[in-house]
Formats: sequence, structure tokens, C-alpha cells
Amino acid sequence: MTFLISGTHIDPVYLMAVGFVVGMLGGFFGVGGSFLAGPALFAAGVPMNFVVGTDLAHIVGKSIVAARKHRTLGNVDVKLGAIMVVGTIAGVEAGAQLIQALKRTARIDWAVGVTFILVLLGISGFMGWESVKTLKVFGWAKRKPGKAGTHPSKRDQSAVAHIAKRIHSLNLPPFVSLPASGIKRVSLWVILGVAFFGGFFSGFLGGGAGYIRMPCLVYLLGVPTHIAVGTDLFEIIISASYGTVTHALKGNVDILIALVMHTGAALGAQIGATFTQFLGGPRLRMAFIPLPLIGAIIMLHGLLAGHPAK
Amino acid sequence: MHKELRTSLRSFFIGRFIYAALVAAYYFLVLHFLGGWLAHWFHEERRLYAAMALVLIVGQGILLEIVTRSLMELLKPRAED
Repeated sequence: MTFLISGTHIDPVYLMAVGFVVGMLGGFFGVGGSFLAGPALFAAGVPMNFVVGTDLAHIVGKSIVAARKHRTLGNVDVKLGAIMVVGTIAGVEAGAQLIQALKRTARIDWAVGVTFILVLLGISGFMGWESVKTLKVFGWAKRKPGKAGTHPSKRDQSAVAHIAKRIHSLNLPPFVSLPASGIKRVSLWVILGVAFFGGFFSGFLGGGAGYIRMPCLVYLLGVPTHIAVGTDLFEIIISASYGTVTHALKGNVDILIALVMHTGAALGAQIGATFTQFLGGPRLRMAFIPLPLIGAIIMLHGLLAGHPAK
Repeated sequence: MHKELRTSLRSFFIGRFIYAALVAAYYFLVLHFLGGWLAHWFHEERRLYAAMALVLIVGQGILLEIVTRSLMELLKPRAED
């Protein structure tokens, strides 16, 4: 069927299926799933500026479902999420302005597409290296339940924890404490910097940019993986809501495509969030590794094969 | 064990079927009734379109969460089965 706003012809069942897959991944890994949704929309013939804006819009609805689920599981650090809002909104606007500038050139597909691929390859490579290193250091064997009754999957380890420790010791006031994440003291500027960085990629590449924010929360701020997953989803609601409005005003959102995609995503998110209870931190991160690679391959194929709408 | 698996699978497929029917009916209604209006607002009233876009996706997010959760609760295999 033809979607009048973006002028693209797409099968709604395809959109629902894409929504279901990214919804499940979003609920499971705490990322919006734009590393797959964006390339999938581009491959279906949606213009790049609409890919970015529409992906953001569909993620708003999906994140509400998944974040609520994670909140009930105790995986959201509300204080951290609230602080990050300022940096996130500034970042989203900066990214959206860059899209607006690129829209006036003929290079938007390649600029966004190549950035997307580089970011996805970088994240996948780093998370792969880190997860293997962590599992080598702390062992591959299944861990026994903790004394305090913590579920084994909730206890977290990282081979690069020293990076977060070094960042925590940065003497850059004002400082905040994040008891829910087990962080005694961290500079406010570091949190805002991480938030701006994530927000920028959200506004520029679409989606919630959880693929950037989630690793930053874990490796730079030292937030436990499960808290990072839930807090990232909470943050995605803010960044994606703001991104939807600002991109809609700039003419980059086909809300009908987003609504159809979201119908599949709502179901997938429920199933995905439930599964997070069965995997430990390093294993959860390791399971994430192939996904950005798949997104990168789809995007590369779309760029090399030529856009279907052209 | 075999009975449990069968009950779970049956609940899962019934749930998916009801959900698919509800969603299909919903999005055809949305596309049919809202499609023209939204396209008009997109071209003529961009601010209204932006506000409606956010309201629709947030509203749908909340609505579908309630529907999905209720369906899952309703069809969850009970311990006594």
C-alpha cells in the first residue's frame, strides 16, 4: 500500500514483521532497535530523512511498553535518567539540525548510511572484544546465586571496569551520587556528555541510539548492565519523543508507517523484556554483538544496490 | 511436561491470533480514517501534525501495552492446569 506522507509503497505486513523483530530485541537488550529498523526501512524504499524521523516516532510507543516492564523489574535508575534528559535533548536537536542541513544536499543517503555502518561496526567490535575478555577473566561457567538473593543474571562483571573507575575519579564539580546504580560519586558533566553523545546519534541516525548510550552507560559510567538496559529505555522515551516532534516539524516523519510498525513492536517488546532475566551481564552483551553487524550489512546493501525509491 | 508444553503453545497461538485480529482491525481503521487527515496536516498544518504524531504514537503505545498485557495474563497457563 502507498503511504501518502512519505510517498512510499510498502506492504504493511513487512512493517509489522520488522516492528515485531525490533520490538523483541528492544525489550531484550534495552536498545530501540534502530540498528535494524533504520536499514530495513531504507531497504524498503523509504527516503533517508523519513527513515530517521519515522524510526524515532515508532520507538516512542515501543519504549513506553519496554520501559514500564523494566521499571517493574527494578532496572531503571530514575535519577540518572532525569539528569541525562538535558544533555539528550540538546544532542537530539543538534543531530536533527545536521540532517536538515544534509537534506539540502544530494549526499544525505551516503552521509547517514556510512556513519551508521561505521558506528555499528565499532560497537559490535568493541562489545565482542570486551565480552570475550570478561568471560576469559571471570570464567565461562555458570555462576551460583548470590548470598543476598540476587538473581545470578543481575550480578555484573566487566574486564574494562577500570575505565569507569578512572572516570568516577575525575575531579570536575559538581558531583552526583547514583545509589540505584551503585555509583558513589561521578561528575555531572560526564553524565551530560554521555547523554549529549547519545542524543546526537539519536537525532542524526534515528531511533533511540541505545546502541551508543547503553555501552556508554556500562563502560564509561560503570552502570550495571541490567540497570543500563532499563535506564536507556527510559531515556529513549525522552529523546525519541523530542526527536519525533522536531523531525515532524521538519517534515521527516511518516507517522502512519510508525503506527503500523509499532503494532508488531508492542508484542515483541513484552516477550523480549521477559527474556532479560535469563542471561548474565557479559552473556547478554555477547548476544547483542551480531545485531549491529546485521544492520550494517542491510544498510551497506541498500547503499550499494541503490535506493528502491530512486 | 508434555501437557504443560502443549498448554503453553496453545495459549501462545490463541494469544497471537487474537492479537493479530485486533491489530489488523485497528490499523486498517487508522489507515482508513486518519490517513487522509494526517497527510493533509503534514502538508498544511505542520505543527498540528507534529503534535498529533506524538499523541498517536504515545496513545497507541499505552493502549497496546494494556491489550498485550491483558491478553498475556488471560492466556497464561495456570499452575493447576
